[in-house]
Amino acid sequence: MNVSQLVETLNLTIFSGSRGLNKPIAGGYTSDLLSDVMGNAEEGDVWITLQTHKNVMAIAQLKDLAAVVLVKGLKPDADTLVQSEAEGIPLLGTNEPAFDITGKLYKLIANDSGLTISL
Amino acid sequence: MNRFRTDLHIHTVLSPCGDLEMSPVNIIARAKEQNLDIIGITDHNTTRQCGVMCELGNENGIFVLAGAEVTTREEIHCLVFFEKPESLKNFQQYLETHLPFIQNKPSYFGHQLVVDRFDNILEEIDPLLIVGIDQSINEVQQKVLELGGIFIPAHIDRPRNSILSQLGFMPDNLNPDALEISGRSHKDDFLNLHPELNNYRFVRNSDAHIPEQIGRYYSHFFLDHVSFNEIAMALRGEQNRKVTTP
Repeated sequence: MNVSQLVETLNLTIFSGSRGLNKPIAGGYTSDLLSDVMGNAEEGDVWITLQTHKNVMAIAQLKDLAAVVLVKGLKPDADTLVQSEAEGIPLLGTNEPAFDITGKLYKLIANDSGLTISL
Repeated sequence: MNRFRTDLHIHTVLSPCGDLEMSPVNIIARAKEQNLDIIGITDHNTTRQCGVMCELGNENGIFVLAGAEVTTREEIHCLVFFEKPESLKNFQQYLETHLPFIQNKPSYFGHQLVVDRFDNILEEIDPLLIVGIDQSINEVQQKVLELGGIFIPAHIDRPRNSILSQLGFMPDNLNPDALEISGRSHKDDFLNLHPELNNYRFVRNSDAHIPEQIGRYYSHFFLDHVSFNEIAMALRGEQNRKVTTP
């Protein structure tokens, strides 16, 4: 699955960084502490957060993330948009809260890799 | 230059986490005991205890810097200070406009009391003061700048509610007057871990919530004389004014 397919399946808004829509998705990470994301997110993850600060894109670039999804209808700061464009990392949005969109992403990734979700 | 012992991070009884013993009279008395020349009053998201603190400070020969400890939208704590009463009032209105209403639960968070110089309770504040306001750190700094205030991101070395914990690293578009380092580390040790912050100025404060903590960590300000402008210049390292963190 790539970012473009994710956007379509989960009906996400594309704010910026559409140059990176063909990036493949390896996994996901949900956190609002940027220090935590710096330490623990992995390459190819989709990062789900409510933080809209410019540093979000710097960390997405540093960790080579596939995309960033802002939750609850939050809009990125102006300089966050600029950085997303510059890095070519898609900055996406949803009206849903982090819990819901994380659940959906998890299910998609599990299906995609042929895993059976056991609860 | 003259040396002034300074602690710019003190909570009063108005902060929910501030001890009931943190009354204006007790704070001034303890500051005198600790030989502090300058203190900062920094309740969470409110400046409403500053008036009486400044009066008492004046009467007792302690310079009181009036301000607040703001929680930004990213849940970063920042110390802010203002010189003029009208600027302080303007900032108080800004805080009230942007603080979401969440009812305080005193049994859990503590009481939020505005008191006078005789420890009479004037008002109990309803909205919980420690929650984040709906303004980003950049927006808060912009507002402080407009009002000619001082802006100091708090306890940068702490693993929560600091720039480093919430934003991962120092954004290049922030221009703080100084950064606060808490009692948990020494400036040199901290800079060894974070050499990228070498060009910033630092101030060390107590973050006192009970009287015994006032002045336990402090800074030396080297000023010509004590005034808001001199303090601001020292924080910015201007014209030979400076701050050291013993």
